[in-house]
Amino acid sequence: MIELLLDMLSWVLLLSGSFFCLTGGIGLMRFPEFFSRIHAASLTDTLGASLILMGLMLQAGITITLAKLIMILILSLIAGTTASHAMAKAALKSGMCPLDQVDRSQQPEIKAYKDKS
Amino acid sequence: METLIDIVLLSFLVLTALAVAKMHDLFAVVMLSGIYSLLSASLFLDLDAVDVAFTEASVGAGISTLLFLASLKLVGRYEKRTRYRPMLALGVVLATGTLLIYGTLDMPHFGSPDTPVHQHVAPRYLNDSMAEIGVPNVVTSVLASYRGYDTLGETLVIFTAGIGVTSLLRVSRRTKREEQQRVPADMQQQIILRVVAKWMLPLIMVFALYVQFHGDYGPGGGFQAGVIFAAGVILYTMLYGLSTTQKVFPRKMLELFAALGVLLYGGVGITCLLLGGNFLDYNVLRHDPVHGQHLGILLVELGVGITVASVMIMIFFKFTWRTVKHKYFVK
Repeated sequence: MIELLLDMLSWVLLLSGSFFCLTGGIGLMRFPEFFSRIHAASLTDTLGASLILMGLMLQAGITITLAKLIMILILSLIAGTTASHAMAKAALKSGMCPLDQVDRSQQPEIKAYKDKS
Repeated sequence: METLIDIVLLSFLVLTALAVAKMHDLFAVVMLSGIYSLLSASLFLDLDAVDVAFTEASVGAGISTLLFLASLKLVGRYEKRTRYRPMLALGVVLATGTLLIYGTLDMPHFGSPDTPVHQHVAPRYLNDSMAEIGVPNVVTSVLASYRGYDTLGETLVIFTAGIGVTSLLRVSRRTKREEQQRVPADMQQQIILRVVAKWMLPLIMVFALYVQFHGDYGPGGGFQAGVIFAAGVILYTMLYGLSTTQKVFPRKMLELFAALGVLLYGGVGITCLLLGGNFLDYNVLRHDPVHGQHLGILLVELGVGITVASVMIMIFFKFTWRTVKHKYFVK
């Protein structure tokens, strides 16, 4: 019974993770500009990857594989978010501005940031 | 299922290669070649060649993308349009291609089981490696012991590449003085990146050492370990500046270590000769041949790792120094 439950839960996690990866991919293609695209892309390696990893953890049971999967999860959570942050910051630094805030690029704080860097 | 994955990966490879050939934006080309390497790494993984996949991922997708980006900073992002006549080049390529294809006609059919490789060498390695070498990972025993000459050659190739880059981007006496000055890194203000990198760097270094010394038992070895180690140092350089890193890894020391690795490899071979064996025949290193093989493989892989790491760091330093010099010192 427990095993069946775990199996079902793990499949739910795996499928929802795959769903987020898929939406991330579609978003990467379809979104209009860099910052919304990066939002979609970072969804893939945070939510998508972690849900899939959790699903795999339930499949693995209490083994050495579980420990490895947990380490991969921690690493991918930290590295993925940091990479997205770095990309967004680099884009902002090189003069890109979110589409709905183009007129805001003349605002003092953004301008000051650009001048400083 | 496996065939399906192979087909998808191979078609992605072809598409990426075509895109690389067509593009003029070199930044995109570098990214695409990284993707190409990652795809081929997945393909190797699918073929159960874990060691090759590991090498392709760390060398092809990792460090060479980094080095390409560093050199791109020097040469500019877009390819210059050249006016040339493609007909002569096309003729040469077609002639060479025809000759090569003609040459393959004599070779045994692709993947056929009665080729010489599958008759003598492969079964010998697979069956006798455990008794002769005693290393669970057959790839390591083939690479470092059975085919030790080839690996010595590969290490020498990397060393030669390092010498080539060093002599092309020589440092003059005037710039040596400038090299001592402190120069901030481009990413000095990226606080989050700095914090995360500080947290990750020890892990990267430990992982490199693990790959280096666990190569006998799992996928890994000197090449991958050296590249991972160099990637860690390069990460540090990007965030904390060239002058900070050069305090830990001075130029002189890197040049010395690049030579030292090759020397260690060759020295093991010479020691074998002096102890009465053949060149790189590790059996004579200890009383027990299997223990001798273990020691020999460990030392040889260490030599490879040292050379690869120092040459990669050295090349990156050279490129970065050019960028720094043009930014701060050349008026």
